[in-house]
Amino acid sequence: MEYFNVFITGGILCVIGQVLMDTTKLTAPRILVIFVVSGAILTGLGWYQPIVDFGKSGATVPLPGFGYALAKGAIEAARTGGIMGALTGGIVATAAGVAAAICFGYLIAIIFSPKSIR
Amino acid sequence: MENKKEKQKKEIKKRQAKEYENYVKQFTPKPKYFMNSLKAFFVGGLICIIAFYVQTLLMNRGYSEKDSGTFVIVFLVCSAQLLTGLGVYDTIGKFAGAGSIVPITGFANSMVAPAIEYKKEGIVLGVGAKLFSLAGPVLVCGISASVVIGFIYYMMNL
Repeated sequence: MEYFNVFITGGILCVIGQVLMDTTKLTAPRILVIFVVSGAILTGLGWYQPIVDFGKSGATVPLPGFGYALAKGAIEAARTGGIMGALTGGIVATAAGVAAAICFGYLIAIIFSPKSIR
Repeated sequence: MENKKEKQKKEIKKRQAKEYENYVKQFTPKPKYFMNSLKAFFVGGLICIIAFYVQTLLMNRGYSEKDSGTFVIVFLVCSAQLLTGLGVYDTIGKFAGAGSIVPITGFANSMVAPAIEYKKEGIVLGVGAKLFSLAGPVLVCGISASVVIGFIYYMMNL
């Protein structure tokens, strides 16, 4: 049952992205930005937490989940650490993923050579 | 007499325009909204299922929910970047559309793909700079939003 919720939530988020891509002239990077920022704003309003409770990985793995992690980290750190917490919280919460993406991505980009799309 | 001729000319033009429209319609690809959405749904859902499977596996081993969640993101990012390097992710992306862009794997792909393309410009200004040509805007907007939200939250709870 949990797997079903995960599948549905993740799928619906991707369909929203696909519909945005097909019906508007938004390019992929803009869609990424829109998803992350809207995830962060929804978290700030407290509307994304219920989706995460329902969809688990289905809500945290798509990009709104990245915004969710950023905003949640900032809010929690602001609660405990005051104004400095608000400043550092978002990056601290997502540091592992971002650092891994940068470091491993750099390594991969150096190792592999360009390929034409098949 | 003149009037009649003009009318005929107009009618012919109208008919030609319509014929041309039909002719063009044969060659313009019809947007397959439904099929695209279905593909995106399945691939996106599948990526989330894999993430959830790995997370439950880790949580059964005794890791906390937070740690396992972080590990899953790292795992997804690294595997997506490896697939991008091997050239497999582009093939998936061609099939799945947004289904491969919206999950965090798409973010990872968007870092490596331009970096590999600009390898010729050097390791620092080529790879190092192009790593952020697509991921940069996402990080800038996302982190700015988080700081603003954290600041608003702090002000509200003074």
